[in-house]
Amino acid sequence: MSRRTVPALAAALAGALLLGGCSGSSSDTAGASDAGGSTTLTVFAAASLKSSFEEIATDFEADHPGVDVQLSFAGSSDLVTQIGQGAPADVLATADTATMDQAVEQELVTGTPQDFATNTLTIAVPAGNPAGITDLASLAEPGVQLVLCAPQVPCGRAAEKVEESAGVTLSPVSEEQSVTDVLGKVTSGEADAGLVYVTDAASAGDAVEQIDLPEAKAAVNTYPLAVVAGTSQEELATEFTQEVLGERGQEVLAAQGFQAP
Amino acid sequence: MTSTLPRWAWPPALFGALFVLLPLAAVLVRVDPSTFLALISAPSSLSALRLSLVTAACSTVLCLLLGVPLALVLSRSRIPGPALSLLRALLLIPLVLPPVVGGLALLFTVGRQGLLGGPLQALGLQVAFSTAAVVLAQTFVALPFLVLTLEGALRSTGGGAERAAAALGARPTRVLLGVTLPGVLPALASGTVLSFARALGEFGATITVAGSLEGTTRTLPLEIYLLRETDPDAAVALSLLLVLVALVVILLAHRRARG
Repeated sequence: MSRRTVPALAAALAGALLLGGCSGSSSDTAGASDAGGSTTLTVFAAASLKSSFEEIATDFEADHPGVDVQLSFAGSSDLVTQIGQGAPADVLATADTATMDQAVEQELVTGTPQDFATNTLTIAVPAGNPAGITDLASLAEPGVQLVLCAPQVPCGRAAEKVEESAGVTLSPVSEEQSVTDVLGKVTSGEADAGLVYVTDAASAGDAVEQIDLPEAKAAVNTYPLAVVAGTSQEELATEFTQEVLGERGQEVLAAQGFQAP
Repeated sequence: MTSTLPRWAWPPALFGALFVLLPLAAVLVRVDPSTFLALISAPSSLSALRLSLVTAACSTVLCLLLGVPLALVLSRSRIPGPALSLLRALLLIPLVLPPVVGGLALLFTVGRQGLLGGPLQALGLQVAFSTAAVVLAQTFVALPFLVLTLEGALRSTGGGAERAAAALGARPTRVLLGVTLPGVLPALASGTVLSFARALGEFGATITVAGSLEGTTRTLPLEIYLLRETDPDAAVALSLLLVLVALVVILLAHRRARG
């Protein structure tokens, strides 16, 4: 080996070590299930389940000493994509059956997914209702800055169904990526109204007002959950799904505005 | 001719090139050539492409109109050093700011509840959810690229020739157009390309301040992000289209700057 190649190899090695060193920390959150006698259960759940699943996870941990529930929240499609790419998850809960069907099709989950909650749309307006929204029809009036979800995401599909069944054509000024984006535009006062889930409107507190939307019955969103295929802790994962479906889990969900399936 | 390039630079440089090229190759192999044309010529794709090109072009013009004077002031004015450093640091903040924060900042400025919201509404101007908001977001994130590139070039060139021209009686505008700008033309060109490319790829600030509506505010990056939900193949095809457009623009600009 010549004297000149040594620094070259050293530089390459340093680069490789640096890359390895920087990526080291991410693996011990999800992967290390047996370390130190504690077990980690990783739950991937739709963003709208944040508050309720955090509470359910705390209850579950109290009943299962040594178990640490790691929650990861994102849009349902993102979660399915992540699991498809090998993200370590033990339980998957999505915000609609269409996304869960994709997971079933790709054989990412085991068994039949179980429905654990439903959610419906409502009209959210900024505090004080500056545009004087009264019902679905008033959303279609000219000058109303209406924001919806894009038809490609679950909340947008639901909004489309409501429009169709009520025979109303809405022309939004923006079709957002997620229901939280819609809510953000309403709470900030940029939009006069938005269609969001009842649970989202409830979570926004005083920043928004809810206008009843009886037409929403046409589009009830069902939330299913399932155990992820290939999990190393199928038993514990199944117990978690039973916690969600059980009396205590259902009470937590109801308190957040979800309805029983 | 002896090379002054140390040999040890080759392996890391090779890794660096792979680091950039491998993900691009990964996009390329994911594209299905038989459906590529159909996917990128869908009406929603074409509308997003058109909107992206038009808004990025508008933003680049705005960047030039605002950025060239800014770079001149930063490099040639008699503002005392510390104040100038502070000014430069502040003006370059959008470079390090997450674009979504930039979008929020713009919303707090031109939104209905924003700093200028009242006056704008009184004038009957609604910025949020409009194509103007897209241009605003793109200009906000792209401007520092032009200012930084041009200011660097201005600092390293031209002082002597400019003073000579001034001593010979040329007025400042004449010096600027006849001496200063011709001297930094390559930097001006690369700064313009950089800001166009940055505007073309803008996502976070746009979705925050402008929202997302086909034909009005849904640019190519927003369309890709949305399609990823339901049609990953189309999202990949559009990603490749964006890469190709960027490549063409950069190559064209380089050729023009040299020629």
